[in-house]
Amino acid sequence: MDTSGPRTVKKQQRPVNLDLQTISFPITAIASILHRVSGVITFFAIAILLALLSQSLDSEQGFNNVMETLDHFLIKFVIWASLVALMYHLVGGVRHLIMDLGYWEELDTSAQSAKVSFIITGALALIMGVIVW
Amino acid sequence: MVNNVSTFGRSGVHDYLLVRASAIILALYTFYVLGFIAFNEITYLSWSGFYSYLPTQIFSLLALLALLVHAWIGLWQVLTDYVKPTGLRLGLQYLLNIVAFVYVAAGILIIWGL
Ligand code: HEM
Repeated sequence: MDTSGPRTVKKQQRPVNLDLQTISFPITAIASILHRVSGVITFFAIAILLALLSQSLDSEQGFNNVMETLDHFLIKFVIWASLVALMYHLVGGVRHLIMDLGYWEELDTSAQSAKVSFIITGALALIMGVIVW
Repeated sequence: MVNNVSTFGRSGVHDYLLVRASAIILALYTFYVLGFIAFNEITYLSWSGFYSYLPTQIFSLLALLALLVHAWIGLWQVLTDYVKPTGLRLGLQYLLNIVAFVYVAAGILIIWGL
């Protein structure tokens, strides 16, 4: 590629914005990346859930062990966070499916549905909290 | 049509449909299990009863297979976006797909080991 001449001048004139505080992503971009992150978290969380399922079905003793394990705050928190990741991924996934059908695809409607998906996930996070605690 | 040998369904359209079909199964299974936990008194008896109930067992198997397909394609999407060196990407994909397979095998053994 020819990098001499007016091209280089143009390159040097490009605006630079490294003040991260002034960069804000649109809500739809945040919804999208969270859907991805939550999918990956869910994948790894399945290992924990399967381990708990295995223990809990093994015997009555195993079931009681699981219940005891679930008494620890940190473990409760990990399970709760895993469930919230799954809930967000599920709600975001349903939003995806609705958009695939051709709805909520405009800038305003997709931003609204992203907001609604956050609110629904928030409510489900509370419900998961009630179930876990 | 663009075909890519490292996709699961061998074409983007096929993968797209498989992700959605498996997503629906996973969503329904999530409601099924969480619904049981939320609306029942959970004791060893009710819990092991739930998992030795044939419809639950079959639904679990279906969900595990849906998980394999969904994660296979989903993780492929994530890895192709972020991991550029081909060897590393294929290696990670190989490992994660084995993990997904182990989930299926473990799930089957857990549920039918009752
Ligand atoms: C239960 C375990 C699940 C796991 C481990 C999982 C994991 C993933 C991963 C890793 C991706 C790729 C993310 C990306 O490319 O941005 C993905 C995509 C997707 N998931 Fe899930 N998921 C699960 C359940 C669900 C459920 C219940 C739904 C409900 C509707 C769902 C809907 C979707 C959709 C629609 C996509 C495609 C997103 C796109 O095309 O960008 N998933 N999933």
